[in-house]
Amino acid sequence: MTEKNYIPGEHPDLPPPSNLIGPVAWIRDNLLSSPANIIMTILSVWFLYIVIPPTLNWFFLDAAFTGEDRNACRAVADGACWAFIGERFKLFTYGFYPEEHRWRVNLSFILLIAALIPVLFDKAPFRSLGLKFAMAFPFIAGWLLVGGLGLQPVPTSQFGGFMLTLVIGITGIVFSLPIGILLALGRQSNLPIIKVFCVSFIEFIRGVPLITLLFVASTMLSYFLPPGTNFDLLLRVLIMVVLFSSGYMAEVIRGGLQAIPSGQIEAADSMGLKYWQSMRLIVLPQALKISIPGIVNTFIGLYKDTTLVIIIGLLDPLGIGRASLSDTKWTGLSTEVYIFVAIFFFISCFGMSRYSLYLENKLETGHKR
Amino acid sequence: MRVTKSAAVAAALSLTAFAAQAATLEDVQARGELNCVVTTGVAGFAAPDENGRWEGFDVDFCRAVAAAVLGDGEKVKFIPTTGKTRFTVLNSGEGDILFRNTTETMSRDADLKLTFLPVNYYDGQGFMIRKELGVTSAKDLDGASVCIQTGTTTELNLADFFRINNISYEPVAIETNEEGITNYSGNRCDVYTTDASGLASTRAALDDPSAHIILPEIISKEPLGGAVRHGDDQWSDIAKWVVNALINAEELGITQANVEELASAAGDNPSINRMLGTESDMGAMVGLDAQWAVRAIKAVGNYGESFDRHIGPDTQIGLERGLNALWKDGGILYAAPIR
Repeated sequence: MTEKNYIPGEHPDLPPPSNLIGPVAWIRDNLLSSPANIIMTILSVWFLYIVIPPTLNWFFLDAAFTGEDRNACRAVADGACWAFIGERFKLFTYGFYPEEHRWRVNLSFILLIAALIPVLFDKAPFRSLGLKFAMAFPFIAGWLLVGGLGLQPVPTSQFGGFMLTLVIGITGIVFSLPIGILLALGRQSNLPIIKVFCVSFIEFIRGVPLITLLFVASTMLSYFLPPGTNFDLLLRVLIMVVLFSSGYMAEVIRGGLQAIPSGQIEAADSMGLKYWQSMRLIVLPQALKISIPGIVNTFIGLYKDTTLVIIIGLLDPLGIGRASLSDTKWTGLSTEVYIFVAIFFFISCFGMSRYSLYLENKLETGHKR
Repeated sequence: MRVTKSAAVAAALSLTAFAAQAATLEDVQARGELNCVVTTGVAGFAAPDENGRWEGFDVDFCRAVAAAVLGDGEKVKFIPTTGKTRFTVLNSGEGDILFRNTTETMSRDADLKLTFLPVNYYDGQGFMIRKELGVTSAKDLDGASVCIQTGTTTELNLADFFRINNISYEPVAIETNEEGITNYSGNRCDVYTTDASGLASTRAALDDPSAHIILPEIISKEPLGGAVRHGDDQWSDIAKWVVNALINAEELGITQANVEELASAAGDNPSINRMLGTESDMGAMVGLDAQWAVRAIKAVGNYGESFDRHIGPDTQIGLERGLNALWKDGGILYAAPIR
């Protein structure tokens, strides 16, 4: 073996000793670094061993994906009976929306994605055009789903399933943010009438459970409206959901507003900015940025609260699932239904929370702790 | 305080009086749709199928009324409700008629201001329990945890039964039948109690039906029937006679298949002729045409056909006719004659 001589200072960097790199070292460092950690690791591995194989079995390996009814499922496999969900998938998605008009729901969903991209990502191509489209989207989607003006009307009582959740959730989210901002600003206003109105509205909303509001909207309103008037039930629900979430939104945003030092407002005043200018250019951008986690929290809460509409006879995915379980062909498969619905909600809510993290990082200006 | 209360009562009364004037029949016909209050899902009685079409024994009565009133059994909007919200929905005018496994009681009739229609299912409350617990009589249930639907008569019957027998129980409150199944099969309660019809279908749906028994005691009378609001006698008459027509149709041998033939010309049996409008116009008395019963039977069949289709012995639920057989066959189903 010959030794190579290097000019001083030109010796290449040697790799670290083999016991400090590679999987073995990683395991030693992270999993087995102390007796306590060794015990924790062993317990965790044992726990995963107990949990994962049966879960996988139930979900996939021992599951029935096709079958006529529950007995057919049970005949071939002891695990999950996904055939049930498969057969009911359309009901879960569209509710009672008439079959021949379901393309309208699909089209609305595609347009929704097209409208969301420019709103969510500021590097999206043709963004200014996209934003204009996004502003028009709620009206386009409303027209597509409800009908009229050339399309055959579909009564909103036939809305259901994921579609209903999306309609309520997105309407709530879209309208509660601006109303919430106005309420939060109004609560801090110097004009007594506006202030009293906003404070009493917010405190009223926060003092009453959503389920009560929905109940009032669905049944009590009929007592007060003249008989024969038909005020669309879904519209009443949407109004209540928007009012409810904007009350909460106002308080979240007020938290952000209070974090802005009064020097900022004074500086804006001294620049000669009017009230709305200083709010739009100085205060709100900072306040909203601080409030992002709270805002998204409210969105997620609102989105999940849409399941409460079952109390007034609208069938969201959970309601569809429950009703489906009463089908004699499929009774007793509640686990499958609840897991399926949970997956849907998890995907939506996890998506929202990841986006809020992305937004926080993008807007991070060094104040983050 | 007293003043506000009486003011509220006065307001409520004036509203009731106002509602009383409203003619439900005209409203329904103008709307072109019958708003029918049903459950959020009870196997065999009302549940949506995979295409979103509501099916079931109670649903058939909704369709029959719609067929009689509107000429089309499909023109029904189903309003799913829980046990707690059903009467509010009906009384507020959101629903025109209710068919929701609802027990007729005096307080519901008088205090909640409902008019009950003829009973369409005679039921009674029973108990289901795991075999391994070794209980053979409901009187041995001391200290058991019991899954019980809130807002129902079963809840009250249960309290009565345990009080009479001087034993204690621990209620586990649930909202829907489906929740009851989940809780019971998840071992969160020892006993599930509901109407015996519900127990039979629940037991059939469990993973191992033979591991569960339904105790022999039936602790209550549960005459289940439809209902409408107080104050519109024409409307309650229509609903009442549609139900009676379906029961009478079975008695007279009128079926979905032969009703059109029987209605095409007057036959030998005057009862059939009266009901199907070939001899006299009974429908005019309630503001309908002569063909009202023909359409109702054409839409869903007679009582027995609907029973067999949804909850009878050949279905998964497998209920025997029992008390619900015609009076001629040993049951207590005895509909007033149409004449």
